[in-house]
Amino acid sequence: MKRRAILLVIGVFGLLLTLPLWASPYTVSLATLFLFFAYAGQAWNIMMGFAGLLSLGHALYLGVGAYTVAALYDHFSIGPWLGLWVALALCGLLAAAMAALAFRYRVAGVYFALLTIACAEFARIGFDHFTWVGGSGGLFLKVVEPGRMDLLNLRGPPAMFYYLILLLAGAALLLSALLLRSRAGYYWQAIRESEEAAAALGVNSFRWKMLAVMISGAMTALAGMFSAFYYSNLFPEQLFHISRSIEIILGPIIGGVGTLFGPIIGAALLTALGDGATEFVAAVGWDVPGVKQLVYGIVLFAIVAFLPEGIWPALARKLKLFQ
Amino acid sequence: MPFDFSTLLNVLISGLMTGLVYGLMALGLSVIFGVARVVNFAHGEMMALAMYAAALLFSRFRVNPLLAVVPLGAAFFCFGYGLQRLVLRPFVIRPQHSQFLLLLALAVVITSTLLMVFGPDARAVNLDGLLEPVVIGELLLDQAKLYAAVVACAVAAALFAFFRLTYTGTAIRACADNWLGAQIVGLDVDRLYAIAFGIGASCVGVAGCMMILLVDVTPGSGPAYTLLAFVIVIVGGLGSMSGALVGGVLIGISEAFGGLFIAPSAKSMISFALMIIVLIFRPRGLIAEKS
Repeated sequence: MKRRAILLVIGVFGLLLTLPLWASPYTVSLATLFLFFAYAGQAWNIMMGFAGLLSLGHALYLGVGAYTVAALYDHFSIGPWLGLWVALALCGLLAAAMAALAFRYRVAGVYFALLTIACAEFARIGFDHFTWVGGSGGLFLKVVEPGRMDLLNLRGPPAMFYYLILLLAGAALLLSALLLRSRAGYYWQAIRESEEAAAALGVNSFRWKMLAVMISGAMTALAGMFSAFYYSNLFPEQLFHISRSIEIILGPIIGGVGTLFGPIIGAALLTALGDGATEFVAAVGWDVPGVKQLVYGIVLFAIVAFLPEGIWPALARKLKLFQ
Repeated sequence: MPFDFSTLLNVLISGLMTGLVYGLMALGLSVIFGVARVVNFAHGEMMALAMYAAALLFSRFRVNPLLAVVPLGAAFFCFGYGLQRLVLRPFVIRPQHSQFLLLLALAVVITSTLLMVFGPDARAVNLDGLLEPVVIGELLLDQAKLYAAVVACAVAAALFAFFRLTYTGTAIRACADNWLGAQIVGLDVDRLYAIAFGIGASCVGVAGCMMILLVDVTPGSGPAYTLLAFVIVIVGGLGSMSGALVGGVLIGISEAFGGLFIAPSAKSMISFALMIIVLIFRPRGLIAEKS
């Protein structure tokens, strides 16, 4: 990476670090949303972008992660900083179990993607009937004294959540960068390009693919934890729904699958686009439900059709960040 | 068990009839995948579109959905044909995920357009003449379901005949078996792909007309039908035509019994469990496609 690129990253990071000091609460909430999708998109990108395993069911880990930490907190008063380890382990294991079955029985390509959807949908309906965590009626976390900050129990003002998700997104970027340059990263890319060739060179593709799926699943669990405590309410229909899985993957796809910065750029663009669309239709007085999604759909369509590599590779070439 | 034999039999037959309509919808998905190798992630959204179209024809022009089958089948054929010809053609050689992302985008566009045009409320078609059940001994057959099942069977039979007996049908099967070989012998592969996509779409158009007689539709119905169609073709075998019908019937029956024994809201859990098991242990489906 050239100096120019490093300077750009530091500049953007500094801007984000001071954001709650000078921006309006609304902007902070938008930025929180953007960072949330940047984080979840990076988690997904490790599976699809690095190892070439398409998951369309990441809502599974989002939901299980959210429900694990929230239920431990709600039922046993176990704080989120302890609960998150349970969620990490649980989602890692869940991902491992699904992936082990899939890889052992050679479920690949479209079939693998469909398997991930089926597992997420299965969990959605299961949680709808799981009365211990509220079933379809939802699970609600206690809200204590708005404004008071309780970092131990993750109860506090929006700025606290903003910094939390900023930390997560930054850590995810660092982890992705390290992984990509590690032995695992090179093996993943070899497997992504041609699994047979990698296997012929002695790469144990089963083991490395498992690693990618587990890291990705466990990381997404933290996104679930964040979302549970940020919104303080959990519904299976929202957390496990297939549209969550799709929202998670939109950012990386628009930004550039398999790139480090793609998921972040994509998430930023989508958040801006969503907000811009909302404001635009409100300004024109054409405030019908569905307009925002329509704009989303059309942009996704255009990007997949005309910029199949995503925006980041094209942008990086234009800005000469890597030459 | 509080369930006597006649209840079980009635549930079985009811599930069978709904399953045939499911099967017709899934047949469309299977043809599209089997021939054009396109994973149609907008399948359920196209289904919702067809259901809305049938509901609209009924409420505006009093067209019986059983008759709307003809214009909607034709309209959906054109839609599918055009989609493949104009939009999807360059994607045949692109990576698979970029294909179904494009269709996902189409799905989002359809759903949001339906939401904008029709609003979030459910639409239904209730035909007065169809309320009286047909009684055969202890069997009570819902008239709407019965007609829907008959039409689904007829359309499926016509398709089987088309693919077996006509020149175009045979040519399409040849493309599906060997894309390169079909090009070498001089078949117009692009056109045949588009026809296959059109046929798949028109299955959805017909199935949508039938389905609106059985359940109501909301703009958000699409994804559930997409998943349902995938569950069916995975269980039956992706790309296999008879597999889609068998899978549809199987899922229809399992849903009916799931609703009876567990809870109506949990009925699709059985389908997803079935799909996961089949994917893992018999990834080519119960009725495997000949390779």
